Amino acid sequence: MTGQVEITFVDAICRTLARAMREDERVIVLGEDVAEGGPYLVTAGLADEFGRERVRNTPISEGAVCGVAVGAAQAGLRPVVEIMFIDFITLALDQLVNQAAKAHFMSGGQLTVPLVLRTQGGSGQRNGAQHSQSLEAWLTHVPGLKVVMPSGAADAGGLLASAIADPNPVVFVENKSLYFRREPVPDPIEAIALGRAHTVRIGRDVTIVALSRMVGEALEAAERLASEGVEAEVIDPRTLVPLDLDTLAGSLRRTGRGIIAHEAVTAGGFGAELAAQLQAAAFDYLEAPIQRVGAPFTPVPVSPPLEDAFRPGASEIVRAATVALEWGRYDVEPWEKGALAP
Amino acid sequence: MDGDVAQGLLRTMWRIRLFEERVAQLKRSLQVHGLIHLSIGGEGVAAAVCGQLRDDDAVYSGHRAHGHAIAKGAPVDRVMAELMGRVDGVCRGLGGSMHLVDAAHGFMGATGVVGGNLPLALGTALTAHLQGTDQVTVVFFGDGAVQAGHFNETINLAALWRLPVIFVCENNGMAEFTSREEHSTIERVSDVVAPYGFERTTVNGSDVPAVYDAFGAFLGQARAGQGPMLLECVTYRRRGHYEGDPEKYRDPVAEQEWAERDPVAQLTAQAIAEGWIAPEEAGSIEAEAGAEIEDAVRFGRDSQFPEPGLSAELVYAK
Repeated sequence: MTGQVEITFVDAICRTLARAMREDERVIVLGEDVAEGGPYLVTAGLADEFGRERVRNTPISEGAVCGVAVGAAQAGLRPVVEIMFIDFITLALDQLVNQAAKAHFMSGGQLTVPLVLRTQGGSGQRNGAQHSQSLEAWLTHVPGLKVVMPSGAADAGGLLASAIADPNPVVFVENKSLYFRREPVPDPIEAIALGRAHTVRIGRDVTIVALSRMVGEALEAAERLASEGVEAEVIDPRTLVPLDLDTLAGSLRRTGRGIIAHEAVTAGGFGAELAAQLQAAAFDYLEAPIQRVGAPFTPVPVSPPLEDAFRPGASEIVRAATVALEWGRYDVEPWEKGALAP
Repeated sequence: MDGDVAQGLLRTMWRIRLFEERVAQLKRSLQVHGLIHLSIGGEGVAAAVCGQLRDDDAVYSGHRAHGHAIAKGAPVDRVMAELMGRVDGVCRGLGGSMHLVDAAHGFMGATGVVGGNLPLALGTALTAHLQGTDQVTVVFFGDGAVQAGHFNETINLAALWRLPVIFVCENNGMAEFTSREEHSTIERVSDVVAPYGFERTTVNGSDVPAVYDAFGAFLGQARAGQGPMLLECVTYRRRGHYEGDPEKYRDPVAEQEWAERDPVAQLTAQAIAEGWIAPEEAGSIEAEAGAEIEDAVRFGRDSQFPEPGLSAELVYAK
């Protein structure tokens, strides 16, 4: 019997964790303050139901805690470890990059690391440069890791269920701006396979590939573009690794114009990889260079007007779409057109 | 210590010694690959610790791992094939000297990042604790790892959670090219963990019966679910940091010092003196080990290199 409930992203994560722990004794949750619910109450109530052995508070020792999760996964548990802010993943990278990602490979397939590392990133709360970053691109550079970025509550629950069931280390990157919006979610939450993009809106004129929070911004941009007679297609890859390139490239071949939008700094962001893969897959169909929307090349500022200016949103996507749509219509040389990009 | 135990230890130590001496030769002729770190001088610790463990006890090691893997039960022929990059290696040629794994014998892995293995061991010990088994986890590391952040994070967690894990530090007084006094003001690694309330002791790593007894006492406690403990074994690194290391940082090894600290020679002399083995048995143990190592070299040479597609196949578990 499936129905629907209106719950938040945070509730969807918590329900999925609870269900996984109920169904599988091997699932444990560990991290700073997880037994207290954590600063965003994502794990609230889990310790009451499952006890403090399986919902394990840890000291502020990100490196060792991530390593404990790797060792436990190798020995047969299915740990879900929380790194409170993605900014602190720097402290756990040795364990994630050198151990978790490579154990299966280096052991010739003897070891597996069925581990989920949940973390959250993103700006918008005036938290400044060390609590607001979007660092997912670093992780996509490491063979052996999977990287998931849900854009809403239903996807968060469904993708987390698949991440916990996956035999590989999965980094699950949430966005704090999405946490407390109420959204319709299937009840019970259905698992969503990793590696399948979601076409959120269908359109014929321009393809907007958006990650995480930028999916909502892309939908708003699509509404504004529709009022000018432009039909934008919005696609959420959902998982960066593995990547559903076929769905993205198929859309781009139909529309001929592509925008990639993420909250991370544009330079060296995952959009660069997407643009490279998409231009190779759809070069003959492109009417304009693929446009990227992201943050400027600065740390995240605290001052509200500066952070607001830092954060890309619907307006930047509309501007990028306009550049792509008007490409070739200007009476200027191609190298000058680059200056029109946001 | 009795005759059976002493013979078993000597057999393991000779297998490690001759394996590594052979590997040093093979490295010079480029038949084994990559950075090679030998444990000659430390064989007694590997033998005395791993020789008391079960297959389902977990062992983690660092970059100087051949001896630990062999002592834990990894087949020498498949370890040799691994160092040669062959498909019949324990890790199908993808791991190599610094990343040996033999899960069937509980050798859960060597790691090339100094100190990176410490929290992994804690995770395996946590698993045993949560699953209610009496499995014990042992992690080997050098004195160089003690200054790494992971060490202090892991030691704190191990003490806090009281997990059945035994930290075995092989303190050879050298962290890569420099001596311990250039890395830390604390000489004894067992002193570093004192404030955490660890069971801890320091022994002469060349005195194999002493290592055997000290570890055995800790193992009994860990088997009963107690822990953690730290066993510091003061060892002597006979070779450079890696094979090919010009060793400009230290005087040539004094042969007299080596003779006093060579654990194979020490245990052999003691075993004969105590009547644990007959003098002729010592020679036959060495000869048997030598024959096994030559078989391993042949096994490695006869094994094929992996197909190129193997790399892509093993990035993700299915």
